[in-house]
Amino acid sequence: MEIDPFIFRLSIFILSIFIGYYVVWSVTPSLHTPLMSVTNAISSVIIVGAIIAGLSGSSENIFDIPNIFGFLAIFLAAINIFGGFLVTQRMLQMYKKKKKDK
Amino acid sequence: MSANLSAIFYLISGVLFILALRGLSSPETSRRGNFFGILGMAIAIIVTFLSIGNFSSGFIYVLIILLIGGSVGAFIAFKIPMTAMPELVAGFHSLVGLAAVFVAISAFLNPESFNLGILGNIKLGSLIEMSIGASIGAITFSGSIIAFLKLQGIMSGSPITFKGQHLLNALILISIIILTYLLCFTQSANLFWILIAISFLIGFLLIIPIGGADMPVVISMLNSYSGWAAAGIGFTLENSALIITGALVGSSGAILSYIMCKGMNRSFFSVILGGFGGTEQYSSSKSKEQKPVKSGNAEDAAFLMKNASSVIIVPGYGMAVAQAQHALREMVDTLKKNDIKVSYAIHPVAGRMPGHMNVLLAEANVPYDEVFELEEINNDFSNADVAFVIGANDVTNPAAKTDPQSPIYGMPVLDVEKCKSVLFVKRSLSPGYAGIDNDLFYKENTLMLFADAKKMTEDITNNL
Repeated sequence: MEIDPFIFRLSIFILSIFIGYYVVWSVTPSLHTPLMSVTNAISSVIIVGAIIAGLSGSSENIFDIPNIFGFLAIFLAAINIFGGFLVTQRMLQMYKKKKKDK
Repeated sequence: MSANLSAIFYLISGVLFILALRGLSSPETSRRGNFFGILGMAIAIIVTFLSIGNFSSGFIYVLIILLIGGSVGAFIAFKIPMTAMPELVAGFHSLVGLAAVFVAISAFLNPESFNLGILGNIKLGSLIEMSIGASIGAITFSGSIIAFLKLQGIMSGSPITFKGQHLLNALILISIIILTYLLCFTQSANLFWILIAISFLIGFLLIIPIGGADMPVVISMLNSYSGWAAAGIGFTLENSALIITGALVGSSGAILSYIMCKGMNRSFFSVILGGFGGTEQYSSSKSKEQKPVKSGNAEDAAFLMKNASSVIIVPGYGMAVAQAQHALREMVDTLKKNDIKVSYAIHPVAGRMPGHMNVLLAEANVPYDEVFELEEINNDFSNADVAFVIGANDVTNPAAKTDPQSPIYGMPVLDVEKCKSVLFVKRSLSPGYAGIDNDLFYKENTLMLFADAKKMTEDITNNL
């Protein structure tokens, strides 16, 4: 009997939860705020779905209701992607070690 | 681009996201980690365009919208002050949640383009995944909006409770499950809209009873929800990048909520049920008699610190409110010039989100190797001469160790009272968010400095 592809996706999902568990425990507590902003940025990979939704249907009527929802989702996710990564970068730039020349 | 090839690229971007989080294990590798994250995102977006392979007018619109959204995001990222990080993160979570809802709606209305069957006859599994994604996304959205309003101060930080609240929430949660079940049989669009509407409602109802001091837990929890919503949509789209990311973000948020709950010695459940931080039930039981308090001015504080050989600074939310981090750093610079050893002690729940204080200190150019977590530094208080508590309160309250009646009993606290002397910068004697009196105020070796944190710190620097 053939295995439903869903089972494979479920396997990826479960294993990723475990990876997430161990990786996140190793994050140093002083970087917990950047952790939140970067997880926020990467969860905006949902833009993949938004792009498919925005470009769905025939090219004549790209302003159908499903497309418009897609466009809105692209807009929101794009804010998150750029905002999330850039603010993380800005924060991480500030973490400096003690200067040696003392 | 063939489906198999794009699936491999999605997998690569998922792996890059794992590396992005892995990089955060130390500040040195963190910047490279962030770059991996950006790379992973770029791959995912480009592959999506290539696999659709439709570069007609629609593509131009998508690109324009992407750039407009991106500019808005970039603008916010550069303009936002570091003290407003908790609000920003809450706001961003709400966007992810809403985007998930919109994608789910679009997939429901136009399942052909997602290969999910046809309208009115969507594959059962996809429909369940879609409903879960939409429902969690909606909860994330409305919950984050409330968290944002509370953090921003537009909405009162005190918990809003009413009779039958828990019963109502339970009923709504059950009806969400029943609606999902019915939706699968009828494929009715109306049920789908109702499902989304009541999910918005429950997100709102879940967050309003939670008080300001519990916000670190709420933000982490919403972080987790936004991940699960993304994973739900990932299953619908059969996209491994989304599934991996959703699982990563979901578990990350869950771990952070756990750490925050532990930092307050509260069960996750009691935070969710809310109501904490209401002052009436605790303060009334306390004796109203005026206990003697020693208060001093900047000169006294400067004198004490000048004669110390080591000082530990305990920052809290009050420092963020007063924007005192730069003034604090200047004071520390002056102390260091006088060969006084200075370190910073950070309680896990100091501030309004995980790591809030660390970011503010980093912003003020405090080297991160002078900043210590609770377990690392707690034994050092007995050897230090001065503890300088700025804007923190409950996290230093010795009642958490001594008074089983206290609502914060059992919470890990910083052993500030073991220092030879304690300087407490505070605007008044009012209790903290837990609504309880801090015995530390009345101790023999405590000197209260009643002033705005920023102004007091500046005054001390001038007196050093």
